[in-house]
This record gives sequence, structure tokens and C-alpha cells, in this order.
Amino acid sequence: MGLRVIEKEAMGRFVASLQGQYRVAGPRPVEGQYIFADVESPDNLHLDYTQTVIPPKKYLLPQREELMHFQVDGSQIEPIFDGRPTVVLGVHTCDLHAIQLLDKVFSAGFADQYYRRRRENTLLISIECLRPCTKHSFCKSMGTLSATDTFDLHLTDLGDVYAVDIGTQRGEALLEQHAETRTADDGDMQRLNALLAEKWPHFSYRLDFDVSELPSLMRVSYNHRLWDELGKRCLACGSCTNVCPTCYCFNVQDEVDFALSVGKRTRTWDSCQLDEFATVAGGHDFRPTRAARQRHRFMRKGHYQTEAYHLLGCVGCGRCAQACLANISPVETFNTLYHERAGASKEKTE
Amino acid sequence: MTELLDTLEASIYLPQPARIVDVRPLTALEKLFTLELPRGLTLSHRPGQFVEVSAFGVGEAPISISSSPSRSNGTFELCVRQAGNVTGVLHRMEPGQVVGVRGPFGHGFPIEQFRGKDLLFAPGGLGLAPLRSLINQVLDERGRFGRVTILYGAKHPSELLFTDELAEWAKRGDIEVRVTVDRPDENWKGNVGVITTLFSKVQVYARNTVAVTCGPPVMYRFVLMELLGKGIPEGNIWLSLERRMKCGVGKCGHCQINHVYTCRSGPVFSYAEIKNTGLSEALA
Repeated sequence: MGLRVIEKEAMGRFVASLQGQYRVAGPRPVEGQYIFADVESPDNLHLDYTQTVIPPKKYLLPQREELMHFQVDGSQIEPIFDGRPTVVLGVHTCDLHAIQLLDKVFSAGFADQYYRRRRENTLLISIECLRPCTKHSFCKSMGTLSATDTFDLHLTDLGDVYAVDIGTQRGEALLEQHAETRTADDGDMQRLNALLAEKWPHFSYRLDFDVSELPSLMRVSYNHRLWDELGKRCLACGSCTNVCPTCYCFNVQDEVDFALSVGKRTRTWDSCQLDEFATVAGGHDFRPTRAARQRHRFMRKGHYQTEAYHLLGCVGCGRCAQACLANISPVETFNTLYHERAGASKEKTE
Repeated sequence: MTELLDTLEASIYLPQPARIVDVRPLTALEKLFTLELPRGLTLSHRPGQFVEVSAFGVGEAPISISSSPSRSNGTFELCVRQAGNVTGVLHRMEPGQVVGVRGPFGHGFPIEQFRGKDLLFAPGGLGLAPLRSLINQVLDERGRFGRVTILYGAKHPSELLFTDELAEWAKRGDIEVRVTVDRPDENWKGNVGVITTLFSKVQVYARNTVAVTCGPPVMYRFVLMELLGKGIPEGNIWLSLERRMKCGVGKCGHCQINHVYTCRSGPVFSYAEIKNTGLSEALA
């Protein structure tokens, strides 16, 4: 099936029909910001939203999830899985790229059945970004301003209709079963091509160098004094990692009932920026300074994940910069390292 | 028989129940637990690997396996220091009670590479717990290795682990065992000083020697200086590193050393690997 088109006025019926079989989540305005939440009114979808505070990652790796129930005496241990059929509507392409990384992380080595179960039961309907979300968005630099193969359906807003790109057979079946669409005609194609060509100059906030140089830049910047400067500013609050679409570090904790007989093990998001993240039971902290923890975060984003998964750990959404109380920004950090490095090598050659 | 690791196909975080068969106090802070898996399950570990131990309702902690695969007999041993919530509860548990076990995780020591070589073990304090697994494996196939030397250091005589086994090893006559303490008591007749004071007392044929060390973070730099000073090749020096291996399966991020997860790429590393692949946080 080639490119399809759905009338905007048909979107409400599409989503309402989906809701018969799926939990449908989408962007929703809350107090001047957007969050992903269950769609309440299919006729009011907010697909022209800017950016959600928390990325759609939470549908695959919830802030808190139960892993198992047990008897405290060990006589029974039962894993708990949540594979509710879910459609996440309006995923931006940066977040799609982030999910591509998460897919690799949770499938490599010991495949994580909790993530996989959710992922297999979640369909992603993404939407083309035509304008930057915030002043911190640098998706163009990170190569995430176009969709990856991760989507099931991908929408582009053509005015009164959405162009619908079909990414998977699941997506195709979804469309056939729930949506009224037609084949895109020449006019639709012209509008789509014009929009896609026109959007790029609007994304002007960017790295001052090509992103392919980022891993090697980070490698040579390991001992840079900038980490100490960031360490002095950082409040170690963990906001940056909390809003990051590619962060997935977690903690695991037990809870017991008041009778101390049954309990559950839960997994919650954790942050490498927090004080005791790398502390062992004996009390030794293997990453005790904020400088070392900020360096670790940026190394993960710009370098380490390419070693492990051949994908960058940053998708350029800019949420961390938006959330940071100390104005620590990835673009400024990467650019500072680049200019100092370029300046240093220039001096050397002169 | 099914290997314990294969049970993770249902869930990588799901422990299997293991019954405590025996609890033996070793020091004021350390106890040796003998655990038995349910019928039909086998641990099948290598020396240097660890398991995640659950005290249900409290949590999970990574503990190195202290017994040798050559002496499994259907059970395995964990030397547990009372250091946190989980180990605190474990210390109050008794034979017959059940803990959860996942693993074994990490890759152990490459013992195949060690065959035919002289072995120099340098554990400090609780570092003897993981090395005991390898030492007993080596002793059970003693003829396949060259000279075997054990240099063991602890802060105080009361903190020495496995003292009965140390005495047995010393009596064998086919290995050299030297023990030191930093702060002797009135009955101590052995060497006094940190572990590095033992190195000048032993002779090695450096090129054919494999050195294995494990201990508190502060110890590694000084032991490494001694080993490198003797001319032992960087690739022949093996370290078992402690980190907060919360999940054991390379996901949670707590045990990360630069770009690697200790639970997957370690906890055993060669010094050459640490030095040449940018693991600068390893010896922090």
C-alpha cells in the first residue's frame, strides 16, 4: 500500500475506533505544557503540540512498574507483565529515534521481557515535525528530524489532511480496520514534498560541527576542565535524566504488605546524576563528584552508546536543557568542547 | 538438569528459591552461607562469577560465588559481609529459610588461559571470597598449573577469612601462602604491614606468571604497582572489581565503568583491558 491520506475531520472517528481495542495515548495540554496521556476527546487531538515534558518512553518503560509478586518466605514468586494493547499517537521523530535505541538496549544480551512485552503490544503513530519544538531543540544536527523505521504509521500535516506513511504491516492493518483513508494523489504528493523541503531552514539551532565527529570529540574531551565547571553548576537534581527519552537506568525495590507476608518488587526510573547512584553497600561511591557524573551523562549521550549499540545516546530533543535549573545545555556543552578542541589544534599548527 | 541461568527466559529479574543449608560465621562481619537450589536446577558457574541474592521484601544484592565449581556437590557457598539492608537481613537468616538467587552473572576468570602458568593470588580483605572459588579450582587440578603463591592481607587478625583453609593450603607444601595484617594483636606471629609488604618476599618468573587480585578500591593501585614492578605483563594481571550490580543483566546502569557494564563485561577484567580500552573509571 503506497502513501495514504486521511482527512483531519476523520481523525476523531479513527481514534474513537482505536479506543475500542486499544489504550490510545496522545499529547494533552496541562498548565501550559504538554504531556502524553490517554486521549479523552478524539475530536481534540493536539497533534500540533510542541513537546511533552516526559517523552513517550514511559509507555514502554514506566516510571514505576511491578516486576513480580512474592511471598516473603520465598514460597511463591510470580512475574507480572503488562502488555496492554496501546497506540501512542503523535510521537515526534526525535522520540522515535530514542525508542529505536531503547529497543536495542532491551533486546541485546539478556532481553528484557517486561520492555519487550510492552513494546510488542504498542503501536507508534508518529508525526512529522515541521517546526522546532523549543529553542533548545537541535534534532536536525542529531539526524533525528526525519522518522526512523520504528513507526507503524507516520503522519504529516498537509493542512486539511494528513499524509499517512505506512511503516509496518501492523500499521497497515490498523489503518484498514479503523480509518477512512484514500490513496494520495498528485496534489497531496506536491504539498508533502513542498512541506518537507521547506521545513529544514526553520531548524536553525544546531551543533557547530558534524555529528559524526561527536563520539571522537567526546573521547578526546574526557579530561576537559569543562566537566568541573558543569559540576560546580549542577544541582544533582536528576531533572535532565528524568526527561531524557534515551535514559533508561533504573532502581529495583521491594515493598511488603503490613502483615509482612506478601510483597512485590518494583522497578523505578533512577538517575546517574543522583548522589548514591554508584555507591556500593560498603559505602564507597565510585562516581562521587557532580563533575564526574555530568561527564558520565554526556559521555553516555555522545560516545558510550555508539560503542555499545552503534547509535548516539542523544536525539537532540533539548528536554534536558529545558528542564535544567542550572542552564546546562547539550548544544553549548558539545560546541564548547568542539571550539576549544578546534582552537587547540589550530594553535598547534600555527 | 536445567541451568539456573536458563530460568531467566521467563523473566530476567525472576529469582529462583534457594534453601539455606548451612550458615557459618567467619568473622564478626562475615558469614559463609551454603545454599541449595531446587531439585533439577544447577548453578553451573565459573570462578569469578556472581549471583544476585534476594531477601524477599528487602531487595537484592550482588554476591560473588565463593565455592569452586569443582566442589559443587549440589550446593554453593556465598561469603556475605553485613554491609547493607539485604546483607543485614541475610545475616539474621538461618538454615531452612529461603532466599532468591539469579545468575550466575558476569564472565569469570579465563582459567583455560591460566593453565601451565604460575599463579600469584593477591586478595585483600573480603577480596578472598571470590578468589577462593578460583584457588580451590586450581588446587583441585593442581598438576595443570606451575607455581602457586597466595599473598593475603587484612586489617586485623580477627578480620581474616577462611583461616582454617589458609592453614590447610599452607600445610600442602605445593603452594606458598603468606598472610599479613596491618594491625596485629598480641597473638599475631605473622607478617605485619599492608599487602604490598609481602611482594618483596616472593620470587616470580614474570613472563609466565598470571596475577589475580581483588580487594577494597584503595588497594588496586598499590598492588598493581608491585605486580607491574615485578615485570608481570599487563595482560596477565586480572582484577575482580566491586560495583553496584543492581540488575546483573546489563540494563540498570549502576555498575557502569565508562562504556561497559561491570555485570556483563566484568566483574573480572585484565589490566590490559582496563588500560587499553579507556576504562579510566575502573580504578577510581
